[in-house]
Amino acid sequence: MGLTRYLGRRFLWFLGTLVVALLLNFFLPRLIPGNPVDSIVSNLARGGGVGGEDLRIIYENYNREFGLDKPLWQQFFVYLGQLAQGNLGTSFAQYPASVNTLVGDSLPWSIVLQVPAILIGWIVGNILGAMAAFRGGWFDRGAFVTSLFATSIPYYCLAILLLFICGVQLGVLPIGGAYSFGLTPEFSAAFFGDAITYFWLPFWSLVVVFIGGQAVGMRSMAIYELGADYVNYGRGLGLTDNRITGYVFRNAMLPQITGLALSISGLVGGALVTELVFSYPGVGTLLFNAISTVDYPVIQAVTLIITLAVLLANFAVDIVNGLIDPRIRAARSGER
Amino acid sequence: MKSINLTPRFWFAAVLVLLTLFIGLIGPFIVRTDPDTVIGGLYDRPSGSLPLLLGTDNEGQSVLANLVYGTRTSLLVGLVAGLIASAIGLVLGLIAGYQGGWLDDVISGLTNVALAIPSIVLVILLGIALNDRSSLALAFIIGITSWPWMARAVRAQSTSIRAREHIDVARLSGASWASILTRDVLPYLLSYVVMAFVLQVSGAILAEAALSLLGLGPSGTTSLGVMLYWALQWGSIRTGAIWAFLPPTVMLTLIAFSLLLLQSSLDEVFNPRLRRGKLAKRKTKGGQALPGPVATQAPTPIGTSGIADNPVPASTGGTR
Repeated sequence: MGLTRYLGRRFLWFLGTLVVALLLNFFLPRLIPGNPVDSIVSNLARGGGVGGEDLRIIYENYNREFGLDKPLWQQFFVYLGQLAQGNLGTSFAQYPASVNTLVGDSLPWSIVLQVPAILIGWIVGNILGAMAAFRGGWFDRGAFVTSLFATSIPYYCLAILLLFICGVQLGVLPIGGAYSFGLTPEFSAAFFGDAITYFWLPFWSLVVVFIGGQAVGMRSMAIYELGADYVNYGRGLGLTDNRITGYVFRNAMLPQITGLALSISGLVGGALVTELVFSYPGVGTLLFNAISTVDYPVIQAVTLIITLAVLLANFAVDIVNGLIDPRIRAARSGER
Repeated sequence: MKSINLTPRFWFAAVLVLLTLFIGLIGPFIVRTDPDTVIGGLYDRPSGSLPLLLGTDNEGQSVLANLVYGTRTSLLVGLVAGLIASAIGLVLGLIAGYQGGWLDDVISGLTNVALAIPSIVLVILLGIALNDRSSLALAFIIGITSWPWMARAVRAQSTSIRAREHIDVARLSGASWASILTRDVLPYLLSYVVMAFVLQVSGAILAEAALSLLGLGPSGTTSLGVMLYWALQWGSIRTGAIWAFLPPTVMLTLIAFSLLLLQSSLDEVFNPRLRRGKLAKRKTKGGQALPGPVATQAPTPIGTSGIADNPVPASTGGTR
């Protein structure tokens, strides 16, 4: 009973946040004074590359598609209607291409890169942090300072260093892209074997930093728990260290799961820039190209997808939290 | 003040922070080369004279001059954004936690919604909406998008302080709402606020660099992120022009690392529960792997709940 209510509440929060995110995603780019299409089209014209006839088509198309002759609040519903049909619009820079295709081409690369990085980094980081807290001594000091250093390196800085050392100096791994020139993405062993060599560098630059952050968090959580009253009490009762360690670990895990939800958005942001360093053809590179060509529909689609992914991940973490935290099952509702 | 135990880690972090401040604040007066003047060709190797000590970048400008001015811009953005974010987070968190009731519900709801939406998305959307991106405008954007985790942590702590007896005493003696907040609640939070501010500054510097790398950097000035942007775009990594990409990379890492180290050592200074004092060492020597009941009775100025609530927030969050 408690669990269903909790999940229902979390789902309502998810929906509410989604609405706010949609509003922001729609209205923030329209903060520019004047008709957004005018400034976009004039930017396109200034940038060159788009002829007068194309500009006119883009202009009319955009006006029609987004109903710019209507008041702003109606435009928002037009936008929502388009989204509900799964239509993200048409790209400016690569004019006839639909944003759906562009995003569809790049999204799988980002997912393949980030999901394993998040999961592996989180698991390894927590084990490392817990070990540092339990073992203490030189292991703790070494692991702590290393983790602190690892987590404070910005993702893209580590990416640049790895790219230079492994890719350029040693030449053991390819320096950019996601697969060798001449191949087309397909599900075959040959393609997979080729793509994985391009995968390692961006993957490791994300994982190392993420492990560091999780380890630092887990260490301080575990040390905090080790000083708690129930540990003293358990020790007074003569419980074995292993059993106490088990209790401590379970208690320290819960905030770490919440911490995962908080750090996902940071990792996604870092991954965007990391992709740029390696010219990995994911969402980050798509976003970069869209920003440099002022391709509004693509930018908005990418920011929307990132927000959606982060919100879904947060919601998933909430569900996991509800399943494993007995306090949520017992109580009427979870912590807000 | 004798009880404040400044660890070697604190001094190490302080020296690193002072070093970055020195590079950013004093550096421009030592390297008197304008970062915008062309003094050489494309990626000239480092050589003897001061402006050429780190070679030239893709436009033939001095990398060293760009580095010191860029560090100054990045520090400025970090400080301004950190101040804005900390101020918003502190005020909202204090009011929500102390006041409770519907105001708390509204502010907490707002905070949670803002926390769930990735700040890099907001920063990108706002950055695009700006036609003229000065470094201060960027700092403002970063500042108004990175407060939520701090508001949440401050709220958690001021809620716990609200229940303490001295607040009742202050209320009974007729102290005004504002004076209770600033004189009776805030002092208990100050140590946390200082640490959070340090994290905000480092997060903002990294956010600025990430924005610059995405092509939304400050226009007209150089910053560490802008340097990296050009280094990447002109293939300095692939051509092996170490001097063009390594200085900003190292500088960003140094800033982030020193600030994070400063934060974590301040954490140990302010919060004895995280500190493994001499007592703990004696215990471990006795054959026990776990640190014993150390410092559980030590008076902590603030509940550790806030830190537990949000372990090392900006190091894992933020836009990097």
